[in-house]
Amino acid sequence: MANVPTPEELLKINYSMPDKGWMDMKPVFKDGNFCYPGKPDVIKEIGFPNPREWSPKDDDWQLPENWMEILHDGMKDRLERYRSFKIFMDICVRCGACADKCHFFIGGGDPKNMPVLRAELLRSIYRKEFTTAGKILGKLAGARPLTQDVVKEWFYYFYQCTECRRCSLYCPYGIDTAEVTMMARELLHLLGININWIMEPVRNCNRMGNHLGIQPHAFKDIVEFLCEDIEEVTGIKIDPPINEKGHEILFITPSGDVFADPGVYTFMGYLMLFHELGLDYTLSTYASEGGNFGLFTSHEMMKKLNAKMYAEAERLGSKWILGGECGHMWRVINQYMDTHNGPAPFLEVPKNPITGTVFENARQTKMVHITEFTADLIKHDKIRLDPSRNDHLRVTFHDSCNPARGMGLFDEPRYVIKNAVRNYFDMPPSTIREHTYCCAGGSGLNTDEIMEIRMRGGLPRGNALRHVQREHDVNMMSCICAIDRATLIPLADYWAPGVGICGVHELVGNALIMKGEKKRTMDLRQEELPGMEGE
Amino acid sequence: MSFFISFLLVLAFGSLAYLGVESGYKLMFAAIIPYVAVGVFVFGFVYKLIDWARSPVPFRIPTTGGQQKSLDWIKTDYLDNPPNKGWTVGRMILEILTFRSLFRNTSMNLRWQDGEPRVVYYSEKWLWLFALAFHYCFLVIFIRHFRFFMEPVPLLVQGAEFFDGILEIGAPRLYQTDLIIIAALLFLLLRRIFDNKVRYISLLSDYFPLFLLLSIVGTGLWMRYFAKTDIVGVKQMTMSLVQFNPVIVDSVGAIFYMHLFFVSILLIYFPFSKLMHMGGVFLSPTRNLPNDSRMKHHVNPWNPPKKYHTYEAYEDDFREVMVEAGLPVEKQPEETPETKAEAE
Repeated sequence: MANVPTPEELLKINYSMPDKGWMDMKPVFKDGNFCYPGKPDVIKEIGFPNPREWSPKDDDWQLPENWMEILHDGMKDRLERYRSFKIFMDICVRCGACADKCHFFIGGGDPKNMPVLRAELLRSIYRKEFTTAGKILGKLAGARPLTQDVVKEWFYYFYQCTECRRCSLYCPYGIDTAEVTMMARELLHLLGININWIMEPVRNCNRMGNHLGIQPHAFKDIVEFLCEDIEEVTGIKIDPPINEKGHEILFITPSGDVFADPGVYTFMGYLMLFHELGLDYTLSTYASEGGNFGLFTSHEMMKKLNAKMYAEAERLGSKWILGGECGHMWRVINQYMDTHNGPAPFLEVPKNPITGTVFENARQTKMVHITEFTADLIKHDKIRLDPSRNDHLRVTFHDSCNPARGMGLFDEPRYVIKNAVRNYFDMPPSTIREHTYCCAGGSGLNTDEIMEIRMRGGLPRGNALRHVQREHDVNMMSCICAIDRATLIPLADYWAPGVGICGVHELVGNALIMKGEKKRTMDLRQEELPGMEGE
Repeated sequence: MSFFISFLLVLAFGSLAYLGVESGYKLMFAAIIPYVAVGVFVFGFVYKLIDWARSPVPFRIPTTGGQQKSLDWIKTDYLDNPPNKGWTVGRMILEILTFRSLFRNTSMNLRWQDGEPRVVYYSEKWLWLFALAFHYCFLVIFIRHFRFFMEPVPLLVQGAEFFDGILEIGAPRLYQTDLIIIAALLFLLLRRIFDNKVRYISLLSDYFPLFLLLSIVGTGLWMRYFAKTDIVGVKQMTMSLVQFNPVIVDSVGAIFYMHLFFVSILLIYFPFSKLMHMGGVFLSPTRNLPNDSRMKHHVNPWNPPKKYHTYEAYEDDFREVMVEAGLPVEKQPEETPETKAEAE
């Protein structure tokens, strides 16, 4: 984090408002405050418009000649297709309740990071293009003309929103900036304005089955490698089925779990649990991505990437789908999947084969969250856990924004954690559950070139974490999101050094008592367990 | 700037009404403009609702503010994460009648303690309180005004008057809502001016309705408590309006026309402004939908065709390496001349 100021410097935040009105303020693009644009070959491959080499620092963004027309028509089309968009353009009263709810505003003080102003960036154009008052009265009606500077400003600020929906919780009309940002980004994509950190995963996921572009044979190698680690820790050899037909359950998790530290430990936890249960499941390399960066480009791309889950379940003859720990993956599954790509009559209503519990809440999607599944197992006493194996950890839980405000998954993960560890402490109430903060890297912003912005946005989460670290010696923050598992590490290092990050099923894997296992002297990270070493 | 323009605008409207009436255009301000205003309001309001309703709601996107309905033994937060229509109605009723989301409001503060930064949150209920006070007072005053449009005066209106004046202070009896609505409007206005964040986001269209409402309330109070306007004459005029046979009563002063003109402006302005939040709040998709799309199928009316990279295309790309890695495939690799030669 060479270019990031120290926390002391960064904390000199100026919350006072500028003298100039916001319509007269222009963002200045410099290294570190924008994400790199999509590479032309990537954009071309996935069929998005206007592939070219460009940089936000350029004066000329090489927009298509008729860019104004494209934006106008694109906006009109979306106003006609999404009531949310139309309503949210019309009814804001600018009460300001949302202003200090956004992590980017809290950490930076930039007025346009107040959700109300972020939306006004778009509303001002809506008024000019689509309302009589705006056309006639102009600025007096809060309208402004559409210029290239406006487009640049959109790029700047709509890629400083993680679509976490925290503001929408407090809005008296439920105006959801996530919806506004999604629309703005769709419009920008029409002009060929996008970021590579989103577009490349989309391309990879489409062709190779996952965001990271892990090819099938490499996927198998990694799984085997992780199974060797499991054997090292537990003495038990696991050989998970991959791409095999005729298994009851298809298991899909974000590829970050397969690829990156510390997600891999969570992945090991899943495999150990399934092995111990004797679960009839398979992994798939074709559908080896739970996440969906399509969500951050357009509804159509989201649909396209998501379609593979049902298609693969049908091809493999699975009865239902079990989904791993991932944030925006579950927003897509909960809010969009069945509407986009369902119904899926070839699947059955999910039933836990171990406990017999029928997951009524997944009756239509046929897809169950792993913490729902594990919580059910624990409640029915179907697995044995030894939480003392996690005694070296003092754990808190970060509610990921998507499962929190786009689903309402709060108590399942907590129940699992509390059965897997003995030292659990929640962060302050204003920062957890439905009030939770985003990791500041969601919605495709988990890229390193904007590290300062991420650290600023990470202030409220980091500060809440620091609070439990100070009060309760918390040294581990668990979460149910693969992006979190990547983004929270630098965040914790910056705002609460000494706190590690883990998935919930890493804790389960540590605590899980397996038949025929050797005495555990190491946790899944192969670090010696205190009091057990060298016996 | 927007503040002063709004103020001047309202002042101008007031003067216009005054001068108009003084120059003898009484019928204009007492009948023609009010009729037009009501027409614009009704037509505009309905048009706007229809316009919103014309756009479909393709996806279920409720903001979930509590525990989802999942396993039997996990307590569902039905109101903040409604799993069905019934609870969604409950959520909406609380939202509309008690401004529940705004009630959650906090204010964030960054301060230093023991050499460390602390992000702290305070409960912040003033906006909620005054916003709620304003809306309820407005409702009561609105109901009370039916005394002028109905004969006999319905029980509901009499009840509203009775309870509103229950403190029995002064003559004519003081209505509490008259005081509270002034206080609430002033709070909302002063907050806009003195909270630097809110001032920064405020537009002309935020100040204007506040000034307009203050003028309406101000002229109303003036008539009732100070000018002691000829109430019988007013009722005669309003009843004549309702009966579509407008008459002018000469003893009714200019202040009444101003009051009526401000109300007319409000009605005309309403459908084209943020005041439409009154209708929009009922249609907000993050609040008025149950969180049930994992339980029930919903149809997107413009659902695009399903197009995706198929497994077959994927296997075509990777068949050789898959076979080599021992992964099952649908189709064995074709024998090429080279592999055939090798096999032989």
